[in-house]
Amino acid sequence: MVTAEIGPGKGTDVGALLEDASILKDRVDGINVTDMQSSVMRLGSMAVCHLLRDMEIDAILQVTCRDRNRLALQSDLLSAWVLGIRNVLALTGDHPTLGDHPQAKPVFDLDSVSLLEVIGKLGAGVDVAGNELKGATGFLAGAVVNPGADTEAALDLQIVKMEKKIKAGAQFFQTQAIYDLDQFEKFMKRVEGYRTKILGGVILLKSAGMARFMNKNVAGVFVPEHLIKEMTETKDKVKTSIEIAARLVKGLKDLCHGVHIMAIGWEKRVPQVLDEAGL
Amino acid sequence: MIVAKRKPFTEIKDIVSGHRKILIVGCGTCVAVCLAGGETEVAILASQLRIALGLDGHDVEIDEAIVYRQCDREFLVDLSKKKNVADYDVIVSMACGAGVQLLGDVYDGKLVVPALNTVFLGVAGGPGIWTERCESCGDCVLGETGGICPITMCAKGLLNGPCSGTRHGKCEVNPEIDCAWAKIYDRLAARGDVGRISKVFPPRNNSRRSHPAVVIHEAYKRRFVKDE
Repeated sequence: MVTAEIGPGKGTDVGALLEDASILKDRVDGINVTDMQSSVMRLGSMAVCHLLRDMEIDAILQVTCRDRNRLALQSDLLSAWVLGIRNVLALTGDHPTLGDHPQAKPVFDLDSVSLLEVIGKLGAGVDVAGNELKGATGFLAGAVVNPGADTEAALDLQIVKMEKKIKAGAQFFQTQAIYDLDQFEKFMKRVEGYRTKILGGVILLKSAGMARFMNKNVAGVFVPEHLIKEMTETKDKVKTSIEIAARLVKGLKDLCHGVHIMAIGWEKRVPQVLDEAGL
Repeated sequence: MIVAKRKPFTEIKDIVSGHRKILIVGCGTCVAVCLAGGETEVAILASQLRIALGLDGHDVEIDEAIVYRQCDREFLVDLSKKKNVADYDVIVSMACGAGVQLLGDVYDGKLVVPALNTVFLGVAGGPGIWTERCESCGDCVLGETGGICPITMCAKGLLNGPCSGTRHGKCEVNPEIDCAWAKIYDRLAARGDVGRISKVFPPRNNSRRSHPAVVIHEAYKRRFVKDE
């Protein structure tokens, strides 16, 4: 199983976004569409998922709890179903203060766990208040987990939350980016036997600077020094980036159920990564 | 206690500008303890206003008063005894938002303006520092979360564990602030009670927070609640 991700931009121009999607189309099983990633106001995930469906791409609607209360979330989920969207990824969402509208009211009426429960209820034909629906949804629901938590306590908390998400109906997980396969293997041992599918996250390294930036600023991401060295010493950054990503994809596919590739602007390189990884 | 801080001086000055008789009323409880609206702060604001408005050529008369608790009608009786409130053009309240509003209710028709911004319900962390602890949500979970409030102490108010933004036990919003869930974990682990974090909380009942809330003591129900 291979999934990828596209992030709608700020504005109504979807040209480049749909071009990326068409490049990914025949190489991946599904494409996530982010929900105002990094709390920056952008074109919505639902509209873009609908456009992907018109292109016969299996879209994964990312839904965060940041901006909508339970009325809006449920209504959006019903709307998405009616528009032909069949997969949802439930997330807490970044805090608005991290984005471009820091004065916005943070909602978080639900959290990622209760959002998954709500998705399950809509599938069973009732809303969260217990009212019957005329026509249910039937989403495949997913969630995220961060296997690279930096302390034992943080990892315990991640795993407890993952268990709650599974109980609430998460049928698949996409993980934060993984660069250390040994550490990920240990994580997979801890969650062995969990009844869910896990797709290991891969972010294409564009430069050594990006790796250092993520190590410093992105929760749960740790790029080992030997990869940073590879990126520093290479004459062809793109080629090395693709090689590293392909190695990670190869390693991950044997450790879990698939990969989730976040190209962050380098969507056009994803087919090369998959070619090199033999997928 | 309720923690407040004084508004910027220019904002207070602008709002009282043009009025001749000004009464500044402090509050002797929470805001006195957090050094925002007690007797000393009333005196300081009165002096600042006298100087600033005087320099601007305004002929003003500024009086000072302190009420032990501006949020309680009983104590406002004392203010009426000490000052003839009707004489003033504007009352500057140095209480929390509750006190400001009760002054406005009691002295109906008087212009009552706030000199403080009410910030939160919290604790004194040491001399001169106060930190937020409670959102008065009306549905306390402290018994389940090791005595640390995830609704207040987590930037997202998450009840089912941390988000994925936490790093080194700190919050994604501000790396100076502890992740509430890291603290809850440590507190519960120290007690050998870490299994408690597995409890799944359903969506919160926010109807309890519908404003404005009312609390009536059981013994007083007959006085305030009409029989059906």
